[in-house]
Amino acid sequence: MAGGAVEGVDSLDRVSDRISTADVSKVATLARLTLTDDELATATTELGAMLDHFAEIDALDLDGVEPMNNPTNLVNVMRDDVVGETLDRDEVLAAAPMAEDDRFRVPPIIGLDD
Amino acid sequence: MSAQPLYVNDDDFFPSNDEHEKWTHAGYEMVVGLEVHVELATQTKLFSASPNRFGDEPNTNIDPVTLGLPGALPVLNRHAVELAMRLGLALNCTVQKSTFARKNYFYPDMPKAYQISQYDEPINADGWLDLPDGFRVGIERGHLEEDTGKSTHIGGAGGRIHGSDYSLIDFNRAGVPLVEIVTRPDIRHPEQAKAYVSELRSILVAVGASDAKMEEGSMRVDANVSVRKPGADFNTRCEIKNVNSVRSVGRAIEYEAKRQIALHEAGEPVIQQTRHWDENDGKTHTLRSKEDADDYRYFLEPDLVTVDPGPEWIERVRAELPPLPAERRAALSASSGQPANSEAVMQVVERDQDAYVLEVGTAANGGDVALALKHVKEAPDLSTVVPAGRLAALTAMESSGAVTATQAKTIVESMIAGEHERDPEAIAAALGFEAMDTSELESMVDAAIAEQPEAWAKFCAGEGKAMGALVGAVMKASKGQADGKAVTALLNQKKS
Amino acid sequence: MSNEIPEQATMIAEAVRFGTVSASQVLEEHLARIDTREAEIHAFNLVLADEARERAAEIDSIVAEGRDPGPLAGVPVALKDNLCTRGIPTTCSSKILGDWKPPYDATVVKRLSEAGAVAVGKTNLDEFAMGSSTENSAFGPTRNPHDTTRVPGGSSGGSAAAVAAGFAAISLGSDTGGSIRQPAALCGTVGVKPTYGAVSRLGLIAFGSSLDQIGPFTHTVDDAALTLEAISGHDPADSTSIERPPLDLRSKLMMGAAGLRVGRVTDLPAGASPDVQQRLDEAFDALAAAGAEIVDVEVPAFGYGLTAYYLIAPAEASSNLARFDGVRFGARTSAPDTNQMYMATRTDGFGAEVKRRIMLGTYALSAGYQEAYYGRAQKVRRLIANDFAAAYANVDVILTPASPTVAFEVGDKASDPLAMYLCDTYTIPSNLSGDPGMSVPFGTGDHGLPVGVQVLAPALQDHTMFRAAAELERYVQSQQEGALA
Ligand SMILES: [Mg+2]
Ligand SMILES: [Zn+2]
Repeated sequence: MAGGAVEGVDSLDRVSDRISTADVSKVATLARLTLTDDELATATTELGAMLDHFAEIDALDLDGVEPMNNPTNLVNVMRDDVVGETLDRDEVLAAAPMAEDDRFRVPPIIGLDD
Repeated sequence: MSAQPLYVNDDDFFPSNDEHEKWTHAGYEMVVGLEVHVELATQTKLFSASPNRFGDEPNTNIDPVTLGLPGALPVLNRHAVELAMRLGLALNCTVQKSTFARKNYFYPDMPKAYQISQYDEPINADGWLDLPDGFRVGIERGHLEEDTGKSTHIGGAGGRIHGSDYSLIDFNRAGVPLVEIVTRPDIRHPEQAKAYVSELRSILVAVGASDAKMEEGSMRVDANVSVRKPGADFNTRCEIKNVNSVRSVGRAIEYEAKRQIALHEAGEPVIQQTRHWDENDGKTHTLRSKEDADDYRYFLEPDLVTVDPGPEWIERVRAELPPLPAERRAALSASSGQPANSEAVMQVVERDQDAYVLEVGTAANGGDVALALKHVKEAPDLSTVVPAGRLAALTAMESSGAVTATQAKTIVESMIAGEHERDPEAIAAALGFEAMDTSELESMVDAAIAEQPEAWAKFCAGEGKAMGALVGAVMKASKGQADGKAVTALLNQKKS
Repeated sequence: MSNEIPEQATMIAEAVRFGTVSASQVLEEHLARIDTREAEIHAFNLVLADEARERAAEIDSIVAEGRDPGPLAGVPVALKDNLCTRGIPTTCSSKILGDWKPPYDATVVKRLSEAGAVAVGKTNLDEFAMGSSTENSAFGPTRNPHDTTRVPGGSSGGSAAAVAAGFAAISLGSDTGGSIRQPAALCGTVGVKPTYGAVSRLGLIAFGSSLDQIGPFTHTVDDAALTLEAISGHDPADSTSIERPPLDLRSKLMMGAAGLRVGRVTDLPAGASPDVQQRLDEAFDALAAAGAEIVDVEVPAFGYGLTAYYLIAPAEASSNLARFDGVRFGARTSAPDTNQMYMATRTDGFGAEVKRRIMLGTYALSAGYQEAYYGRAQKVRRLIANDFAAAYANVDVILTPASPTVAFEVGDKASDPLAMYLCDTYTIPSNLSGDPGMSVPFGTGDHGLPVGVQVLAPALQDHTMFRAAAELERYVQSQQEGALA
């Protein structure tokens, strides 16, 4: 890459901060993925290697640069408040993993942040 | 969250707030901020065209966006934006350029596993709401976001989430437009919290933003409560959810403040957590602790673009705003001479009957607004049954002494009961309510004095209470037709 | 009737409209090729033979009745399997969608159908469009028709292979970081990523919402123009859709290169193999010979694109893929409570690369890291867009390689995610900036495999990009004719 990893960049808020097993484990939980110990170790190594590579942008002076969220400059894209088509309930529920009494069924809701 | 905090110190921004009574307990005061979610009165959802309708069959108001199906894309409802602007302007907010973000979290009633909500840049910021007694509640923001679906918990102990066997989800409510109105931590008394919720509800209804029915969940209140010694820094707060009536708002806050005070006094820490108000036992209960900190990973929603209403749209919405409850109370107060926060003025405006009362004052036959206010307050059905002109005629008769207050009340009752087709003069005549001439009244007064010399003597000696017996005797003799004011005047005249 | 079935979409449509061949004949020819070679190539997740026969017959009856069958009359089209098709399974080449059948058509699917095209199947992809080789599919890899030991590129490898193998005259793919242009280069087809917002994303199962665009694979530049004209244009159901009429491209193809200012990036990130670089140099020469002015430009932030992209795209993906939770549609692995059900469903349903990117993206967005990763990446994105805008002040188009190398062997990069990510070095910047880019087949490189030259242009200048691409194509044709002569 053009930049390459830069030496001497020393900041806590930089990309080069190394990812830990604990970080990866927390991220997996946030993303609702289960990792075995082996997978966790591998993922930590892989993500670490990627972040090392991505550390090239630590060298850039980005002060005052406006973050770019989207390529479009569109503003005020809105629709009129008019009722349109709805989906057929029975069709949708038939395609659901589990349904009952006209509703989607899920196992007990525990262990979730509300 | 909002760009420029209005206060550094919460106590000195609205100095007049200090003149209002603070709730205190064991030397502590409460610090309360409210977050109110209101469902907007649109035809369709915030980002899709399925109906926004309460009470329909489950999962009938659904479309790919509502269900978060793969490939679905949101498109913003212009009317929802306009209703949010109306509300913001009514709350003295700055209506501004705004953006939508994704708040990421997993929950089965949240279809995409993220809620689209305004985060960094809400459409409404930095306003205030004045309560009827003049207490000012700062408004931090009023932002647009989408509602979630509804879970029903089956099995276990009575529909509670804990111990249930499974849950069923209805997505009709998912995607319904909400405005979340967040106050600054200004509130210091449970009555202020209740008054805020009532006043906010009146404003919502007045501007047509929401039907604001707490019982149907179209207005939902969360309260952030902490306590402190007056003048001290803010302490750890707890958020109370599921407060679903104005009365509960006061009860929940007071309970929670006392709970925290007890903890402080016992030297135990108040843990920042979300608590649930249980209407049945009148207590708050732990819902979840904030220790396992939420990580919502907010970022700008790439499927939507910036909303920038611009001065033209904002000014049009402002111009179209109807008079707000506070203005209407002030107008009624000015015309009736009753205080703006009097029960009569508050109630009549709340019931939307102030225009009717004021119409009495401008009627051709010269009605009396104060008397009309009294009658309408006491008889809520009047405005729907009796034309303002007829009520004006009645108040004119009453103020001229042609009928007494008691007689006027009877006439009002008979008008409501169906005699309203006749004018009040006719009803008065039919009931035999003829104004007495002065000589007749005077002879009745003389007779009463003669019959009760002791009472007369006491009255003359300055015992005001003695007057009651004399007036009562005249009323009895006149079969209620005597005007109490005229009798009093005659008695005073004779005493001197 | 003659049974000479043309290869090109423009010619097929013309022949069908004039009745010289029937849509059904065209279709049968393509289905026959699928029968012969699909087993070794695996371009499709699903072949829609019955539906296609019905549709072709419909087109033929429209022609017979003298009505207008549309600009793509009878053209067999293959659809990347991340485009929603009503009532037809749409899998993203993932287990997690189960046998989900969308209750609606993507806007592009609707528009192709209205234009008279005949959908022949849903094509394989890297799961959720994450990859550059179409090896990351839950249904097995797709092979390059030019050499089945090699990959077709990705993520739209199935769509690229379907056109290259003659299974369909045109196909649609999606391009988030190069997923149309890189496989087009590796399979020797034209592949276009139009300006962001030119084609509706409604019904495209999102990967990186601010980067994704749908575009065509075709045999020729003219076919690509024809297809894009049919699918582009404002869609009120996509808030990021540009409020403009469909792109006007075909009318610009014969304008030639005279006067065109063509940019050569002097600080282009290294990585292109010598054979690819040699072709690129030849492309500059070809345009210069046709009257274009070659101008050196600098795009200093070009090389940071990969980093910005691999923070932004996974961040958006981590959120976009959260809806695959086993509640409303798709697969579910049962578990005693909802949270465990989420975990089990997603752990079983997603493949390794998808999980890797979800975790990377979740990390990039998470509390305490968002400023450093996602936040900085978005600023770099702005730098890249600004650098390109500055370059376009002096040039009309820019040429770069589409892929650093020709098609590599199956398994070559499978164990090294970073090596795989480098495949997108040259294509990524235009996804970040929202500008259009396309790969034009430009001869062959090592092992006689196809090489693609990438033409880049500023946003909404798709027509200028096509003008340059048409000139490159004419050069290649003249070389081939010369070789034959
Ligand atoms: Mg809140
Ligand atoms: Zn909220």
